[in-house]
Amino acid sequence: MDARREIEPTPMKNRTTVERKSERELVVTRTVNGPARIVFEAWTKPELFKQWWVPKSSGLTLLSCELDVRVGGGYRLVFAHDGSTTMAFFGRYLEVTPHSRLVWTNEEGDGGGVVTTVTFEEKSGKTLLVVHDLYPSKEALDGAIASGSSMDAMPEMLDQLDELLVALGAS
Amino acid sequence: MVQYTRARLDASFGAISDATRRGVLEQLGRADASITELAEKFHMTLTGMKKHVRVLEQAGLVSTEKVGRVRTCKLGPRRLEAESAWIERYRLLWDERFDALDKVVEELKRKENIDGRKKRD
Repeated sequence: MDARREIEPTPMKNRTTVERKSERELVVTRTVNGPARIVFEAWTKPELFKQWWVPKSSGLTLLSCELDVRVGGGYRLVFAHDGSTTMAFFGRYLEVTPHSRLVWTNEEGDGGGVVTTVTFEEKSGKTLLVVHDLYPSKEALDGAIASGSSMDAMPEMLDQLDELLVALGAS
Repeated sequence: MVQYTRARLDASFGAISDATRRGVLEQLGRADASITELAEKFHMTLTGMKKHVRVLEQAGLVSTEKVGRVRTCKLGPRRLEAESAWIERYRLLWDERFDALDKVVEELKRKENIDGRKKRD
């Protein structure tokens, strides 16, 4: 009757949008076909998180993934790039509201100080994800864009591993 | 027009494919700097830094001005273009990430259905 019916089991791909909302804010949105409860699980359980967080095209391999998802808990992702260089992303969770909101700091890199807020909004079995990055200043976001940094999911080269370990130890 | 824009975007991508040049842009995003200052900051020779700055200048991402004996660098006229190129690439990165998330969520839903059925049985 309706040919389109046949392809229904494969849900239509949802659109990802990115917008610079203000001088200091960058917002990514996407709807995921599943309830917030499940989507939230995929963001907070390391064994699930590591299955999707690293884009294949980035050339990165995730070496380790620690997520201590609770207020004040830390996370640390270590990647290998081109098989040789390693780099880390790390920070702390500032807010953890099950199935609806996650806030964390991004402490790697020179500028650092970016705060990421993810909201999970469920509507008829689907979840609208809004990933909001707040930069410490206009200059910081301009700098990130000009340098193309977050583009490669911006690395902290672990050639400076010692510095990072010191920083972590101090915090 | 599209082709023209694409060629420019390619030039922008090429210019920012290098870690040092990205660092230079990030630095100039914060404040203008002379080539000497940049060379020191990135532990490079003056000649090496001049080459990087030339690539960035050709892509329109940096402009330079010589005052007396000092050549000062600042972010160039194609900044906005670089911004849209960056935003599109950033979007593609997230899109790929979300596609993978979709698969994980599908799998979890499938498992939950199976478990749910088992419990009912």
